[in-house]
Amino acid sequence: MKVKPVNHAKAAEEFLDDAPHLTFHDERLWDMRQKRDQQMHLLPEWQELRSRASAIKEHTLANLPEYLEQFEANAKKNGIHVHWAADGAEHNRIVGEILEKHGAKSLIKSKSMVTEECDMRAYLEPRGVTVTETDLGERIQQLDGQMPSHIVVPAVHKLVPDVAKIFAKNYNTDPNDDSPQSLAESQRMAARPVILTADSGMTGGNFLVAETGTFVVCTNEGNADLSATVPNLHIATLGIERIVPRMADMGVFIRLLSRSALGSPITQYTTHFRGPQKGGEMHIVLVDNGRSARLGMEEFWTSLKCIRCGACMNTCPVYRRSGGLSYGAVYSGPIGAIIDPTFNERKYSTLPFASTMNGSCTNVCPVKINIHEQLYKWRRVLVEHHELPFVKREIMHMAGKLMGQPTLYRTAINGTEVALSTLPRFVLYNWLNPWGKHRELPHPVKQTFHTWYKQNRLKNKKESQGGKA
Amino acid sequence: MKIGLFIPCYIDAFYPNAGIATLELLEKLGQDVEYPMDQTCCGQPMANSGCNSDAAAAEALFVRNFAKYDAIVMPSGSCTHHVRDNFDAIPQTEEVKHVRKNTFELVEFLHDILKVEEFPWAEFPHKVGLHNSCGTLRALRTASMSELGEPYFSKPMDLLTKVKGISFATPKRPDECCGFGGTFSVTEEAVSARMGLDKVKDHYQAGAEYIVSADTSCTMHQQGCAERGGVPIRFIHIAEILNGARS
Repeated sequence: MKVKPVNHAKAAEEFLDDAPHLTFHDERLWDMRQKRDQQMHLLPEWQELRSRASAIKEHTLANLPEYLEQFEANAKKNGIHVHWAADGAEHNRIVGEILEKHGAKSLIKSKSMVTEECDMRAYLEPRGVTVTETDLGERIQQLDGQMPSHIVVPAVHKLVPDVAKIFAKNYNTDPNDDSPQSLAESQRMAARPVILTADSGMTGGNFLVAETGTFVVCTNEGNADLSATVPNLHIATLGIERIVPRMADMGVFIRLLSRSALGSPITQYTTHFRGPQKGGEMHIVLVDNGRSARLGMEEFWTSLKCIRCGACMNTCPVYRRSGGLSYGAVYSGPIGAIIDPTFNERKYSTLPFASTMNGSCTNVCPVKINIHEQLYKWRRVLVEHHELPFVKREIMHMAGKLMGQPTLYRTAINGTEVALSTLPRFVLYNWLNPWGKHRELPHPVKQTFHTWYKQNRLKNKKESQGGKA
Repeated sequence: MKIGLFIPCYIDAFYPNAGIATLELLEKLGQDVEYPMDQTCCGQPMANSGCNSDAAAAEALFVRNFAKYDAIVMPSGSCTHHVRDNFDAIPQTEEVKHVRKNTFELVEFLHDILKVEEFPWAEFPHKVGLHNSCGTLRALRTASMSELGEPYFSKPMDLLTKVKGISFATPKRPDECCGFGGTFSVTEEAVSARMGLDKVKDHYQAGAEYIVSADTSCTMHQQGCAERGGVPIRFIHIAEILNGARS
């Protein structure tokens, strides 16, 4: 089956047509960026923290097998069952088997990008397991049948009235009552009984600590703690790149994570899970799903340093004006645009081009991933792998030839001197027409710089040289 | 010092005044400047689109045109960034290395190399908003970047504050990209145009009569957005102000 590339531009255009949503989205995320800046200014050691975080991650990734084995051994000592999943299918099968063994039918879970990667709900639900997201934003997205649009604030593209409509459909509430208080209350009333009667819980996780065999989950709603501790069965799913060597490293990452994400000093809940509760069972599924392959990509392996803070999304002027769903992928925004092509090069071939490569993402990244440089490199790779649309490829080929031949180029440019009200012929191809959709063309000029120089400098030079002779 | 002047294609065709101002300014400052007539493009549009091999002919021609100069100066941040940081579609000979090492964007050339202290002829009695292109800001580092919280510095502001009568408007999001992005302006035209409109509105609401920039590609795009969006603001290249333009 031929995969069609995601049409980010078209989805973005639709997003832009809705002024109230666009304005809120842009301003809300920009506000998060500003709060992040304020936190940065409060910590004189901010840049040092970034450098350390980057160095720790690079060291760990360079020694990944050793640290993972250390983690596995220590986690087992803590009474945790450790599973390895090579891909999404294996992950889902493992989770399904654990649930089946326990006869579990109701799974409550906190937010996990890895389970999104694996499309786990779609696997479990036909097998008779009801999966309930407990993170508010994620729950809204689940009820609406959408992917999260942001890795930290999954429903940030929605306004309160949208949520009121979704809740009305699912919880029988008043669709016109859009006070945040009553919406939160109706979510609480709907979720609590599910949480209290669930027979299994699942969390994601932010960090695996190799030396202790423990893992750390950061949330602001406390929902991960409920998901992990109310049922007796706790399954945690984490990508293998989430590992750090030492507990002391948390002193670097915890300080960076929420400051970068929301601009708050720390998440409301930072829970260290050390083993199963009394009479309970704890499982960890360590997921590869393309990560080992990415680790082998010389130009792109450092994208594995990502701690999923979303700072690059908040600062990205393109993301803020196109919305996460326009990327058509589990991971959106700048980090998505460099990770997604490793999952499916053709499908996500458009994403590295959905950027002005302005570089703001790289500057805010708490682990110093050179995101905009990787976008640039991805473009080269995608062209080499023939993933650029034919027309654009041809235009670049023709432009490249033209730019190498001054005489031909001058003839093309001089078209403007004859027909000054139009762009030069070589830019008049249909491909370039969209320029004028929301923008005026540059004004016509009397003469090009080239002509001016010939008349005002070369002529004088020749005359003065002639005079001397 | 013999200077080779590079005038990017869009300045040549649409904004010759920015090119003329650059040349005249360098001459006023006593520099020996030449404009090689066979120049076309630095290769950036092809390279930024990922089509690096298609940039080879332009890059080779660029080197043929400019290898003989001590310094290559251009009124464009993004072209300078390309030559300095990404110009690798051709073999890296000594000549190529010389060209890449000695290519300067106009503001950094005036500020860092010539260390110009005054522009006695310059007077611009208007309120201006400075647009730092992402190329000058985050690649050439001609100003401090808000994301890093580093101590304030700004080479273009250092130069502009030497101009008589000028005053400045500060937009709310000074470091936000304007959305030009080369071919991005066409392939993602809706997002691009919206970013441009937001940008010019930000400057206008801050009270700017003009947006001044060292990058005409950004302002070509912004001007198009402002005119279509009905934002009454004007655009000028920094070279024109420093060269003594009054409006």
